[in-house]
Amino acid sequence: MSEDIVAALKENVIQGRRTKDDEGIEEDMAGTPGVLELTQEALDGGIPTEVIITQGLTAGMQVVGEKFSTKEYFIPDMLASAEAVGAAMDVLKPYLEASNVETKGKFAIVTVKGDIHDIGKNIVSILLKGAGYEVEDLGTDVPTEKIVEFVREDHPDYLGLSALLTTTMVVMGEVIEALKENGLRDKVKILIGGAAVSEEYAKEIGADAYCVDGFDAVKVLDAFQGTKA
Amino acid sequence: MPREGILIDTPYERMTEKQVTQIHQASMEILGDPGLMCFNRQAAEIFGDNGAEVSSVTTSDHSCWLVKVPEKLVVDALDNAPKTVKLGARNPDNTLVMNGEVPRVYFISGSETNIWLDVDFPTYVKKSDPSAEIQVPEFHPRRGTVADLCQSAHVCEHLETLDGYIRTVNIQDKDITEDNKDVNKFFASLNNTTKHVMSGLTNLKQLDNVVNMAKLIVGGEEELKDNPIISFITCLVKSPLQFVEDTTDTFIEICRRGLPVVVSSSPQAGSTAPIKEAGIMAQINAEVLAGITLGQLVNKGTPVIYGSVPVRARMDTLGDSYGSVETSQYNVDCVQMARFYKIPNYSTSGVCDAKIPGQQASIERLFSDILVTLSGPQYLHCAYGLLDCNSIFCLLQAVLDDAHFKMIKFFLRPPRINETEITEVFRQIREVVATPQKLYIRHIRPVLRSGEISMSYPFEGDGETDSVFVLAHERMKELLAKPVEHIDRATTSKIFNEIPGLLPRLNVYEEGR
Repeated sequence: MSEDIVAALKENVIQGRRTKDDEGIEEDMAGTPGVLELTQEALDGGIPTEVIITQGLTAGMQVVGEKFSTKEYFIPDMLASAEAVGAAMDVLKPYLEASNVETKGKFAIVTVKGDIHDIGKNIVSILLKGAGYEVEDLGTDVPTEKIVEFVREDHPDYLGLSALLTTTMVVMGEVIEALKENGLRDKVKILIGGAAVSEEYAKEIGADAYCVDGFDAVKVLDAFQGTKA
Repeated sequence: MPREGILIDTPYERMTEKQVTQIHQASMEILGDPGLMCFNRQAAEIFGDNGAEVSSVTTSDHSCWLVKVPEKLVVDALDNAPKTVKLGARNPDNTLVMNGEVPRVYFISGSETNIWLDVDFPTYVKKSDPSAEIQVPEFHPRRGTVADLCQSAHVCEHLETLDGYIRTVNIQDKDITEDNKDVNKFFASLNNTTKHVMSGLTNLKQLDNVVNMAKLIVGGEEELKDNPIISFITCLVKSPLQFVEDTTDTFIEICRRGLPVVVSSSPQAGSTAPIKEAGIMAQINAEVLAGITLGQLVNKGTPVIYGSVPVRARMDTLGDSYGSVETSQYNVDCVQMARFYKIPNYSTSGVCDAKIPGQQASIERLFSDILVTLSGPQYLHCAYGLLDCNSIFCLLQAVLDDAHFKMIKFFLRPPRINETEITEVFRQIREVVATPQKLYIRHIRPVLRSGEISMSYPFEGDGETDSVFVLAHERMKELLAKPVEHIDRATTSKIFNEIPGLLPRLNVYEEGR
C-alpha cells in the first residue's frame, strides 16, 4: 500500500500534477490525487519523510530531468513538476524540522535595486524549491541595505542576485561590497544571473558563480552541496 | 474525406476589381487580334467549326493557322468548365477537392528537373585549431533516374504538408526511352505515394497505357472517373500566343477522356511576354483562356484547371528568374484572374534561383511561398525541393520546405477568439495575478501537446551551431526508412502483365527484392 502511494507520488511528479484539479500529460488524470494530496496521504499513512522525498519526489524529478534533456519535456513541464515538488516540500517542512532532517539549504533570491524584472528570478525560485531547497524570494527592486540586513538576520546559505539591465547589473557588485563591509561576505555563497551578466562579470565582481538559467542554478547549488564538509 | 489543405479566409489580392476587368477585356481583345498562331491542325479545325475565324498562314517549315477566338466562345467555355474539380488518390483520404470560388490551398511538389542533387557531409578541420571540426554539406549534381523518382515519391508521401505529387525528376536511365518513359514515371510515382499524382505526358502514344494503368489500380473506367488518381499538365500554348502541335494533340486527347488537366502557360516577362505587369497578365490570361476554350469545345464539361507559371526574365542571362519579386506578383495576379472566372487555379511558388539549399534558397522560397499562398490558389505547385529555377531537385530541400509550410499553415489558422476563450482568459488572468510569481506558465501545459502552439524550428542546432542541413538530412533518412503503402501484389502483377514497357526492377514484389 505504502509502495503504491510512493509510486503514485513519483508518477504525479512526472505528470506535473500539483493537486487533483491539475491535468497531467497523460489523459484522464484530472480528479485523481495529485502530489499534494498524495504527500498528505503518505504522511497520514506513516511513510517516513525521507522515503517520500527520495523515492517519490526526487525520483520523479530525476525522470523529469531525463525527459527534459531528451527534449520530450519542455520548460513548462519541468516547472509544473518543480512547482508540485515545491508545494509538497511546504507540506513536509514541519515534519522535517520535527525529525531534524537537514534540508539542502536556504536560498535567498532577489532582483537588485533599480530593476523590476522577475521572470527569470521566479523560474529559478520554482526550480530550486522543486529541487529541495528552502527558497526565500525577497522580490524586485530591493535596496542593497535590505539584502545585507536579510543575510545578517536570516543566515541564508546562498544568495541569488538577478538583473536584466546593463544599468542595474553594477548594483550586484555594490551588494557584494556592502556584504564585505559588513563582514558577511564569507557567510553566504553568491550566485548571479540575468540577461546582462556573464561568467566573466561574476569573476569581476567577486561572485561565487554565474548561472545561465534556472536549471544551471540547480546544478551549481547541487555542486556546492557536494563540497559541503 | 478530402484533404484539408488550408483555407484562406481573406485572400490577398493585388488588383482592384477594375483592374481585373481591364485584364479580362485586354485578353479578350488579344484573342481576337492578333489571335493565336496554331500549329495544330485539329485545334484549328475545332476552333473553325465552332465559329472562330481561322486562316491558313504559310511558313517555310510548318503548317500553321491564325485563329481569332471570339469572346462568345470563351465566355461559353468558362460557363461550361466545371467550377469544382476533384483530384483523386489511391488513398481516398488524400483526395483533393478544388472549387474555383473557394480559396482552399493544396501544397504540391514538382516539377520535372533533369538534375538530382545528392548531399553528403564531409568533416572539415580548422587549420589554426585542429581539434575544431565542422561538418559542411557538399552537394553533388547528377542526372535523375527512376530510382530517384521512387525515392522522391516515397519521401513526399510522408511530408505532412504536401497534399499532392507532381513528379520531381526527369527519369534518364539508359533503359528509359521516349516510348516507355510515361508508364514508368507514372508507375514509379503511383507505387510510392498514395497521394494524387499529376504529370506531363512525354508521348501521346502512351496516354492509354497510363490511363489503363490507373484503371487497373482503381478497379475500372467508372472508378477512375469517380476517383481520378492521375491528372495531367499540358503547356499547349507556347508564349507568345502559339498553340504547339504535339502538346495540343495530347491536351485534346486528355480532354476527350474527361480526365483532369491543367492548361498551363509559362510566359517570361521581358522575352516571351511584355516586361510590364499589365502586359504579361493580359497575355498569359489570353493564353490560358484559349486553352480552356479548346478543352470545352473538345469535351463540354471536361475538368480543366487554370494553370499559371509566369516568370520574369533575369537581366543578366535572360533565363527565368523565379526568385524575382515580380514573379510572385504575376502569380498572385493569376490566382485572382482564375477566381474571377471561378475556375480552380494551379499556381507557382517556391521555385528559386539559388542552385543549392542555403540562405538564398530559403529567402526566395519563403518570400513567394508565403505571398502566393496568401492569394489562395487551389493547387499550389510550390516546388518542394526545386532549385536553380526548374533544373535541380534536392530531396533535402523538400524536407526543409515541409518545415516552412508547417509554419505557413500554422500562421494561416483562423484566430481563435470567441466567448469560451474570453471566459477562460478572465479565469487565467484573475488566478495568475493573485499568485506571488505572476506567471502563466502553468496554463501552457493543457495546450502544449494539443497542436495549438507552434513548435520550434525542427532543425535548430544546439547553442550557436547551425545544424540545419545535418538535422534535415537525418529527417530525410527517417522518412525514407518509413514504409509506404505500395500498390498491392495482385494489381501490380496485372499492371506488369498488361501495361507494356515497365521496367522489371520497379516491381517491388519481384523475387530477390
